[in-house]
Amino acid sequence: MNLKDMTALELGAAIKKGEISAVEAAKFSLGQIDKYDEKFSCFVTVQDDVLARAEEVQKKISSGELTSPLAGVPMGIKDNMCQKGIQTSCGSLMLKSFKPTYSATAVEQIMNAGAVPLGKLNMDEFAMGSTTETSYFGATKNPWNVKCVPGGSSGGSAAAVAANECFYALGSDTGGSIRQPASFCGVTGIKPTYGSVSRFGLVAYASSLDQIGPLARSAADCAAALSEIMKKDVKDNTSVKTEGVDLNSVLNYDVNGMKIGIPTDFFGEGLDKDVAAAIEAAAKQLEAMGATVEKFDMPIVKYAIPTYYIIAAAEASSNLSRYDGIKYGYRAEDFEDLLDLYTKSRSEGFGMEVKRRIMLGCFVLSSGYYDAYYRKALQAKALIKGAFDKAFEKYDLILGPVAPTTALKIGENLSDPLKMYLGDIYTVMINLAGLPAASVPCGFDSKGMPVGMHLIGNYFSETKILGAAHAYQQTTDWHKRTPSEI
Amino acid sequence: MAKTTSWETVMGLEVHVELATKTKIFCSCTTEFGGDPNTHCCPVCTGMPGVLPSLNRQVVNYAVKAGLATNCTITQYNKFDRKNYFYPDLPKAYQVSQLYLPICRNGGIEIEAEGGGKKIIGIHEIHMEEDAGKLVHDPWTDSTMVDYNRCGVPLIEIVSEPDFRSANEVIRYLEKLKAILQFIGVSDCKMQEGSLRADINLSVRPVGSDKFGTRTEMKNMNSFKAIARAINGESKRQIEVLEEGGVVKQETRRWDDNKDASFAMRSKEDAQDYKYFPEPDLIPIEISDEFIENTRNSLPELPEAKRQRYVSELGLSEYDAAQITSSKYLVALFEENLAAGYPAKEIANWIMGEVMRMLSDSGKEPEEMGFEYKYLGALIGMVQKNEITRNTAKKVFKSVFEEGCDPVKYVEENNLKTVTDTGAVKAAIEEVVAANQKSVDEYKSGKEKALQYLIGQSMRALRGKADPQTVTAILKEILG
Amino acid sequence: MVITDELVTYLEALGRIKLPEESRAKAQSDLQEILQYIDTLSELDTEGIEPMSHALPLTNVMREDEVAPSIPAEDVLANAPAQKDNYFLVPRSFD
Repeated sequence: MNLKDMTALELGAAIKKGEISAVEAAKFSLGQIDKYDEKFSCFVTVQDDVLARAEEVQKKISSGELTSPLAGVPMGIKDNMCQKGIQTSCGSLMLKSFKPTYSATAVEQIMNAGAVPLGKLNMDEFAMGSTTETSYFGATKNPWNVKCVPGGSSGGSAAAVAANECFYALGSDTGGSIRQPASFCGVTGIKPTYGSVSRFGLVAYASSLDQIGPLARSAADCAAALSEIMKKDVKDNTSVKTEGVDLNSVLNYDVNGMKIGIPTDFFGEGLDKDVAAAIEAAAKQLEAMGATVEKFDMPIVKYAIPTYYIIAAAEASSNLSRYDGIKYGYRAEDFEDLLDLYTKSRSEGFGMEVKRRIMLGCFVLSSGYYDAYYRKALQAKALIKGAFDKAFEKYDLILGPVAPTTALKIGENLSDPLKMYLGDIYTVMINLAGLPAASVPCGFDSKGMPVGMHLIGNYFSETKILGAAHAYQQTTDWHKRTPSEI
Repeated sequence: MAKTTSWETVMGLEVHVELATKTKIFCSCTTEFGGDPNTHCCPVCTGMPGVLPSLNRQVVNYAVKAGLATNCTITQYNKFDRKNYFYPDLPKAYQVSQLYLPICRNGGIEIEAEGGGKKIIGIHEIHMEEDAGKLVHDPWTDSTMVDYNRCGVPLIEIVSEPDFRSANEVIRYLEKLKAILQFIGVSDCKMQEGSLRADINLSVRPVGSDKFGTRTEMKNMNSFKAIARAINGESKRQIEVLEEGGVVKQETRRWDDNKDASFAMRSKEDAQDYKYFPEPDLIPIEISDEFIENTRNSLPELPEAKRQRYVSELGLSEYDAAQITSSKYLVALFEENLAAGYPAKEIANWIMGEVMRMLSDSGKEPEEMGFEYKYLGALIGMVQKNEITRNTAKKVFKSVFEEGCDPVKYVEENNLKTVTDTGAVKAAIEEVVAANQKSVDEYKSGKEKALQYLIGQSMRALRGKADPQTVTAILKEILG
Repeated sequence: MVITDELVTYLEALGRIKLPEESRAKAQSDLQEILQYIDTLSELDTEGIEPMSHALPLTNVMREDEVAPSIPAEDVLANAPAQKDNYFLVPRSFD
């Protein structure tokens, strides 16, 4: 059996049929990690209990206790989701030694479905970045070209799926952190509607924008994983009861008659022409499948990045204040007094990008500037949501690029934060509006790097987004391509 | 500049009250007082990475109750905000509170004004928030030890308008506020356990001025008496500063009751920039008209209404009614015995006399009365039936108050019943008369004082168990 | 908005961080550049728009007041860098 080309659902089905055991599957993934991870650095931690867990899951599958289509399938978890007893570092020295005594709700739910977690996946420090270069544990490499970044912040998750080191992964998305690395690594990833997956146990970056979601080799795999974690949780006050994702509907979705809108403002200055061409081609393909595609204006796009960075930095500056060297995490060795303990622990424990955002966040919230920045941004957020509400009166889905470019070279943007921020132009608005959106592989640029298309839906339309993506993947094979090295 | 001779003190209060919920505001840990360090904790109240708050419904219910009982308007769409600052007792480094849309606004409580008459103390707002942990100094390592058991206990902060002009007004307001909150059951208001804490914003100005002076905020007073001392001390300090030509610095001061003085607290480096912003982890609360009406209707009779009723319907004096209704526990003591059929005035007399005296002698608060309330009625009943004398009853009450014993059993066991056998009384008096010929002679020669002496001796011989009037009558009869 | 050296110092104090001396100048110019870009938001007309904290109009999610067991003190302190007798230990923080 050739596990290398299998999707998570195919593997799950084979395990259920007894064609392969969960233990064999786990051994295969551990072998892949052995073989490739030194090169790509996807994992921060590989768990030492993987085979024991696989054995336990296999027993429950055999006894009929576990029936999820993904039971027994090896997967990975981004290192900002708490998992009881396992180091949860957030890619930071600050939490290098942190082992939570509790698990994130999403982690518990995926475990209840019979997941076999291989370990924790690398990320930009505290999810701040779009390259996975700001990790304290070193940069993750793009499996399509090791000189390129995998995107971020869920770069470890996307690269691990692209490199066949795991069959699917959980990532988190605050301003594009699932979709952009999915696009850069040629995998499928979805950020669901805000509130539809519990954030309990997800180490917060920007609370009003953070969402957990899956990355996988296909839209169907994403639907299967998402359906396990899209559940209301009393531990998250912002959690919403939804109908979840219906995997069967996704598998049988027909885009015929669907109305798709493309914002002209997504095709402005800065968009790489290869990326633009790939998106145009995807639109044609969807048209050929029976959808109607039309362009419309969405001028608010240009205010998305300022709005996002004000809100995200403000919330981050508050969320990251708890790392003070007292209850957990890094504590400086020498300090004179309490203030010195705070300042040294935080200065040594956090990297530069985190410090930058803390300072920016403190600025926009500080007395005298709150109204001009933070309050203004909340008003802009209302306008952005309004623009999408209006668009969804007319369209079933909105189509566009995920990122203006394909994967950049390592180091290219690290020294120019503003340039890095500008790369988030298409993704951040979705988080501000709280909408669901996916990145779906739709081609390659002239250098052979993958391009993802952005499928944005109205609130709770995950089934529609993944259904359309699945239908598209039935007529294309972009998502099936693997890097030559693998 | 002409020297100002007379000054006025202006004060506003921020009262923090711990709510009597079973669980903390954002997690299901117990709010029980005490416990070993860090044993009433979970990842949520200790601010572990990734945890989220889950709002306790009862906190909102209690806050609305408190608002309605203090004549506030309920904010029907209200939200939580984060107040950001670093301190070891605050594990998230922000306190979840309400700045922009507090749950209650524009209320007030009526108090007796200084120099007579009534006065309304305005309540600016009441907001919900979470309590911080406790810091303990460790002298061995000269460091601070942190216990998060109190962290996340729900609080309401009741912010008054700057309407106070004297320490007496402040105390009257606090007494009234405490009684109201206890009556409606939202807090036990125990100052010793920190479940009621008052911070005082105080400034002084020349009498007649309509501008406020620079104010200081005083913390750490743990009794009404300490509050009164702190107010007088701080007014005096500010007046001295101003009269010596200095300026009052806006600062937070900690009252040290042992030293009878306040001290400036170390100013925080960030100059109080709390960077408030709406708490993204908590969604807004909407309070319906129906909910407000239901809550209003469910409020028990409040102290003020009770006081009026005690005067108009039960005939108590204004003073007695005010004293009894100042405490939920005194009211319970009064009403339980009233319901058992004892006369209102008699119960009130006992409360105003013996109960108050025992409270004051023992330094206890009414909530610390450990005896069964019906025992007071039992005592009153025994006096009414002439089973014991009033004096005996007072002595028995001391044991009831101190040891919680059943007065009926106590009287029986200690053989304290009034001697009703007139033959026995007569015999005892005859003995006294025979033994005190000198006094008998004096009485007969017109010295009334001698009679009092003989009565006293007779009562003593009867160990106080006879009715003094009977004793007097018999004595007079014997003496002719 | 000009990011002065004093403002950088103030923001460091607010965030309880200190930038390494060698990257201070660069951080200042980066912040200046970012803020300049962010300031484009001031062009957007937001007159009369209600600020929106939560994209979904959810209200009144509350739990009942029922006690659940706390966790053992060892777990509360499991990741503490310094502790004593089940307390977290910090430098002297009294006035």
